[in-house]
Amino acid sequence: MSEHSDYEAGSYVGGDREPGRPEERTLAQEVRGYLLGLGLATLLTIASFWADQTREIYASGIAMALLVLAVAQIGIHLIFFLHITTDPDNENNILALAFGVLIVSLIVFGSLWVMLHLNHNLMPMDKLMQMQR
Amino acid sequence: MLGKLTWQAIPFDQPIALAAGAFVVLVLVGAVIWVAVKGYIPYLWREWITSVDHKRIGIMYCLLAAVMLVRGFIDALMMRSQQALAFHGAGYLPPEHYNQIFSAHGTIMIFFMAMPFVIGLMNFAMPLQLGVRDVAFPTLNSVSFWLTAAGALLVNLSLAVGEFARTGWLPYPPLSELTYSPGVGVDYYLWAIQISGIGTLMTGINMVTTVLKIRAPGMNYMRMPIFCWTTLASNLVIVAAFPILTATLAMLLLDRYVGFHFFTNEAGGNAMMFQNLIWAWGHPEVYILVLPAFGIFSEVVATFSGKPLFDRRSMIVATLGICILSLCVWLHHFFTMGAGGDVNAVFGIASMIIAVPTGVKIYNWLFTMYGGRVRFSSAMLWSIGFMVTFVIGGMTGVLLASPAADFVLHNSVFLVAHFHNVIIGGVVFGVFAGYTYWFPKAFGFVLDERLGKAAFWCWLVGFYVTFVPLYVVGLEGMTRRMQRFDRPEWYPWMLVAELGALIILSGIALQVAQLWVSIRGRAQRRDLTGDPWDGRSLEWSTTSPPPEFNFAVLPNVMSDEPYWSIKQQARALRQLVTPEPEYEAIEMPRNSATGFVTAFFAVVTGFSLIWHIWWLVILGLLGAYVTFVVFAWRDHTEHEIPAAEVARIDRANRAARAEALHEEPVR
Amino acid sequence: MSAPALRLSANPAFAPAGIAPGQVSGHGAGGPAPKRIIVGYGFWIFLLSDVIMFSAFFAAYAVLFKSTAGGPAAHELFDLRNTAAQTAFLLASTFTCGMASLAVGHRNQKWTQVALLVTGLLGFAFVVLEIREFTGFVARGAGPSRSAFLSSFFTLVGCHGLHVSVALLWLGTMMAQFYAKGFRQDIRHRFLCFSLFWHALDIVWVAIFNLVYLVGSLPPELLP
Repeated sequence: MSEHSDYEAGSYVGGDREPGRPEERTLAQEVRGYLLGLGLATLLTIASFWADQTREIYASGIAMALLVLAVAQIGIHLIFFLHITTDPDNENNILALAFGVLIVSLIVFGSLWVMLHLNHNLMPMDKLMQMQR
Repeated sequence: MLGKLTWQAIPFDQPIALAAGAFVVLVLVGAVIWVAVKGYIPYLWREWITSVDHKRIGIMYCLLAAVMLVRGFIDALMMRSQQALAFHGAGYLPPEHYNQIFSAHGTIMIFFMAMPFVIGLMNFAMPLQLGVRDVAFPTLNSVSFWLTAAGALLVNLSLAVGEFARTGWLPYPPLSELTYSPGVGVDYYLWAIQISGIGTLMTGINMVTTVLKIRAPGMNYMRMPIFCWTTLASNLVIVAAFPILTATLAMLLLDRYVGFHFFTNEAGGNAMMFQNLIWAWGHPEVYILVLPAFGIFSEVVATFSGKPLFDRRSMIVATLGICILSLCVWLHHFFTMGAGGDVNAVFGIASMIIAVPTGVKIYNWLFTMYGGRVRFSSAMLWSIGFMVTFVIGGMTGVLLASPAADFVLHNSVFLVAHFHNVIIGGVVFGVFAGYTYWFPKAFGFVLDERLGKAAFWCWLVGFYVTFVPLYVVGLEGMTRRMQRFDRPEWYPWMLVAELGALIILSGIALQVAQLWVSIRGRAQRRDLTGDPWDGRSLEWSTTSPPPEFNFAVLPNVMSDEPYWSIKQQARALRQLVTPEPEYEAIEMPRNSATGFVTAFFAVVTGFSLIWHIWWLVILGLLGAYVTFVVFAWRDHTEHEIPAAEVARIDRANRAARAEALHEEPVR
Repeated sequence: MSAPALRLSANPAFAPAGIAPGQVSGHGAGGPAPKRIIVGYGFWIFLLSDVIMFSAFFAAYAVLFKSTAGGPAAHELFDLRNTAAQTAFLLASTFTCGMASLAVGHRNQKWTQVALLVTGLLGFAFVVLEIREFTGFVARGAGPSRSAFLSSFFTLVGCHGLHVSVALLWLGTMMAQFYAKGFRQDIRHRFLCFSLFWHALDIVWVAIFNLVYLVGSLPPELLP
């Protein structure tokens, strides 16, 4: 059943270990891991809906709270469902994740910054329409 | 039944377009018929079309690029001629046609010449340099190539059936919206790029995985050849940037096909957002092109200086720095769109900073040459020509990076001269150097050096004669993409530029001649040892061409120039130092028609989307899905090469090299 | 755990430098990685690219959020009960997909098929709810061609729904493959990719239901 005794195409061999090998943990432990992830994600989901509906959070901070909760829940998913670990073989995955976070931030916040400045410098729409007449 | 497609789609009323379309169709059909009649189809199908071998796929990419270079250059000649003739006159190209030509020129040169050329060279050389047998996902590699070819086919089909976009190589709205471009031209562009974009993204994934996860034993990051580092950086940028392109063009497609309002003038659309998003892809794209070229120069300069590359560590840091910075400068393409001083300043400074790591690289190449025994082969000439030309182009880039200067020069032909300066001086010279350098490895014989050098000089001189006038005229105020002009001061410069284009044409002709002469005389130009240039990296330890499995046994890497150190030891002893290995059978992935068939359905789907033939779209998508399932259902994915065969090939290689060692003059 | 047998020659010239067989290096210097790691990493990078594509749609949505062209705005349109139901279905399906991974790891055909079937049904319910929401909006005159805001909403959320639909197609194919060919290594690798994909889609949904639906349903005064 071990993956490692499978010989791969083109003589690929190597000493890399897979992250979180199933053989090392029992079924009960694994199911518990997924259940914990499900539970935490559910809690965070409820928290998000609550934050949205209630006015207990400082009003202008609700959007930021939702962003933080979203990031936290994404983290739960990454750890419990996508099995991100600190295994040396996982290093490249974490680097790729960090790279992705950088790119997403550049695109989303960069675009918002640029476009808001552009829109700010545009003539307001009603004055533009006035000029057309 | 056939959507918008009617006989009017064929440009009977436009003689030039009709002739061009007919020519393309004749060449394509003629080539297919000739191949069929000569009986080459089984060979081509078995050895090339269904091949998943990175070497074959790399060669096909380069072949596609070479053909598209000629097509794109013809567009360039037509543009230069039009501008040389159109002083106070109409020239010979009406505006509607001229606009299609400059749009096709840019689209083809970037997407179907430069990208395939660098991807082809990376495909061919990178696994060999890493000391492994193939890339991570060989069949996906084949799919990538054929999807790129599908995109190229669609763009060329627009010559014969319909029209091409008139919007320039990036289709800015509102011009590219349905209201102002109601024809099929923009749709041809969009679907061709979307289809080939998927192929390119797959290549990005494939190569990042290969470089990070599949290397010969002992090859840690610091021992990886610089070309592989630039391959990694370039493909990371592909993975980061191409999804943005897919998303942005999808938004434009939704506007055009289903009446969405992303970029329209009405209902709240924001045309400026297109420019923002498309350049968030567009700037990284040019670094995707130039990073592999930098890698090629690192290899070529080191080899032909007879010295290891100067300061590998700073090269690697500079490469990664360029990789990250390239994603942070995109606004410099629209300084004039009005984001204001603060935003412009940040991006302007970032754009200037990106020149620093590039400068580090230039110094490293110079220091590599310094103190070395420089051999001025044609590959080295391309490299030296690059160093001079790219530096000048980079300087004009830093000039343009100042928003104040850019307000004057934006969209002038000064800009056109700048980007041709860096693309030709950087990317084109780079792929020509790589082509010359790795040609013997790919085909087993060396290209004619004399014709290669003559071609280089024509390109170098021709480039300056073409584009220096554009710098001058750009400073005098000439805008880009002008179908005609009426300023007498510009006229002589346009004539000089036309002359330059003709000199470049001679360069291309010489390259064609070089290929012809070399093929005909290949028996005398054989590369018998696999190491025609006294190379330093692992690809030169294989035969020319390498066997399907590349290496009989994966080499053990103990230094950052593994082949060179073994070779020097062998030369000292005048015999091979690595003992004969124990040969074992090798499993290699089987050929697959998946790539070709997927691309076929992609062309069907794309064409029917362009012409609104909806039932055919569904058939095309269904066909693509069935192809995936058939591929997934395969039971036999590999074939075995018996140990005896591996032994035979490797022993021949070892014998040839042992003989060469004996025959070498005593050092 | 026994060390994997290295297929290289016993000849020291070809043994990996300074690395014992089976030793974890994590830096790829032990030779090519096992197939499972290669496939997994390749798909990880694909997911990265897919997330970047979504972020471009997110960026467009954020920029065009206020461009309602006099038409309906987010807080007037979104029904959070529907969003909650969709979230519940997708989160549950992520869990059942995890269960399917465990079943595959233990080579249990029955539980694999059951877990995948449940995952598929939950995913299908998600898609049905989304289609209902979309058709409802269109019927109210809040279709994608009404305004730039609606175009970007339909595209972002619709793109996610399209990904889920394609994943359902993939899921069906995986169920058929497991049934027809058992737990062969290449099919398990493919399933690894599928489960990564399914989990990633839930991650994107977390971003969507928080930043599109929940933020969008806030009254405009509360928005930054």
